[in-house]
Amino acid sequence: MQQPLNDKKMMPQPEHEKNKNPKKKVNFTKIAVEVMAVIVVILTFLVPFYFILVNSFKTSAEASQLSISWPTEFRIIENFTEVLQAQNGMLIRAFFNSSIITVSSILILMVVASMAGFILQRRTGKSISVIGAIFLSGLMIPPAVVPTIWVLERLSLFKTMPGIILVMVAISIPFSIILYTGFIATIPKDIDEAAIIDGCSSWQLFFKIIFPMLKPIHATVIILNSVQIFNDFVHPLYFFPGADNATVQLTLYNFMSMYNTSWNLLFANVLLITIPPFILFLIFSKKIVAGMTAGSVKG
Amino acid sequence: MLKVNKIYSLKLLIPAAIIYGLLFVFPTVMSFFFSFTRWNLREWTWIGFDNFKMFFDDPSLLIGFKNTFIFAFVTTILKVIFGLLFAVFLTSKIKTKDFLRSAIFFPVLVSTIAVGIAFSVLMHPSEGLINEVLAFFGISGPNWLGNPTLALYSVALVDVWKGVGIATVIFIAGMMSIPKDYYEAIQIDGGNKFDAFKNITLPLSRPATNAVIILALIGGLRTFDLVWAMTGGGPGFSSDLIASIIYKQYQAGFYGLSTAGNVILFLLVALIVFPIFKMLTRKEVDI
Repeated sequence: MQQPLNDKKMMPQPEHEKNKNPKKKVNFTKIAVEVMAVIVVILTFLVPFYFILVNSFKTSAEASQLSISWPTEFRIIENFTEVLQAQNGMLIRAFFNSSIITVSSILILMVVASMAGFILQRRTGKSISVIGAIFLSGLMIPPAVVPTIWVLERLSLFKTMPGIILVMVAISIPFSIILYTGFIATIPKDIDEAAIIDGCSSWQLFFKIIFPMLKPIHATVIILNSVQIFNDFVHPLYFFPGADNATVQLTLYNFMSMYNTSWNLLFANVLLITIPPFILFLIFSKKIVAGMTAGSVKG
Repeated sequence: MLKVNKIYSLKLLIPAAIIYGLLFVFPTVMSFFFSFTRWNLREWTWIGFDNFKMFFDDPSLLIGFKNTFIFAFVTTILKVIFGLLFAVFLTSKIKTKDFLRSAIFFPVLVSTIAVGIAFSVLMHPSEGLINEVLAFFGISGPNWLGNPTLALYSVALVDVWKGVGIATVIFIAGMMSIPKDYYEAIQIDGGNKFDAFKNITLPLSRPATNAVIILALIGGLRTFDLVWAMTGGGPGFSSDLIASIIYKQYQAGFYGLSTAGNVILFLLVALIVFPIFKMLTRKEVDI
């Protein structure tokens, strides 16, 4: 590999792919291809969102045409207040429930998954790698639905907030452990030994020294899991049923039958529940992408 | 030298082990037992293989088995193809790459139910935007979700639309890690862009490809919410997947049958994903 590289350095113009064709022609086709790509991406990936946006502003009659045209009459405030007030403020209750579930499960997850990740990364041996494999198998195995309900019922946690929170923690543990072990591997073990020599217990070592060092990866864990848990439909459907227990994704599903002709209201609902992940995306898109690709590329 | 066991006390593992063990591992283990029973969460009767027999005898259940295969493989193949294509384009020298990458990735973060609802409207046979655009070009669009032979594939397309962003960013990460010298070398040897793609990008993106395949297969086999929001498994049972059958049987009160569905899904994931994972990682090329 060295030989060609050296030859390359001697060449006057190390520019890519431009030595074959005249420069102007290449630039023109390149620009044309890029413009085409932008148009295609906008049409396929952004028009659906634009469609939701404009239709949530329309009157019910106009929205029922399912067209992408600009609204002739704006009903923004009316539509959104109607959605928020529907079924005694079900959506507001759902936002409240979803926020509590998301925040509590992430707080628990941060503590338990980082502790477990620390031990799984630091200790070696056959039994610990078996335990590690059991934790990771959760990335692949579909949760056993009815037996989980059975366990929750035995613990009197079925249809309760603590129940759904613990289920969310359980299913999010595998991926969070991967993120934590990956990061903890970069922290030198000398730090642990120094702390122990200074008289720390293993709890003190973890909570006083290691845990605060995990800040960057805590951020990734918080962001990725909050999107995941906030958007989750399946687990609340199974483990947190009941009208009072609505979560945001379930309101959408319930409203789908209720609003069978009022597309404007349905889209207003879609829009409202898409705002929180959208804000996270605007602020943290780099971190989200990095977190989602973490570990996967190395196989 | 300090004792490892003392520094890294297993006690720190206990909270995660309790939550994960009680609410994930234990139910999974118990599902193997309950799939052989008829039960109502309180009492159970052992009925042997009856639930499994029913799953494979009843055409309305068996179709879910077939559909799950089709759905997982179709979405995986399309995600690999489009993800690779987008990633090659987005790693080339273009000005709008940040914008394009964000646009392709954003659907990943939108809730599946919202996407499903939006597309079931866009795919409306007469008034939906997709068929109106097709009509503009003189093509009469199909009844995407109302045609029993097409519905499953329409949902699969939407799944690809929503998930291709992850595949793309994984491929991009893989391609960024390929040393630039390789491309310079092939240029000097007289190779064109296509040679570079075939001989460098493709083989050296192998780990990324494997990651995309495994993730897409696992996701595809377990899909439930998108189908549920778009077709509810219909028309008839034509777009039912194992995961939607698990839910339907649970709703109908057939807990044993529903659990048997869970066990079948577990075995399917294990039997498909493990061998493919083994096969893929063996052929991996080292940089």
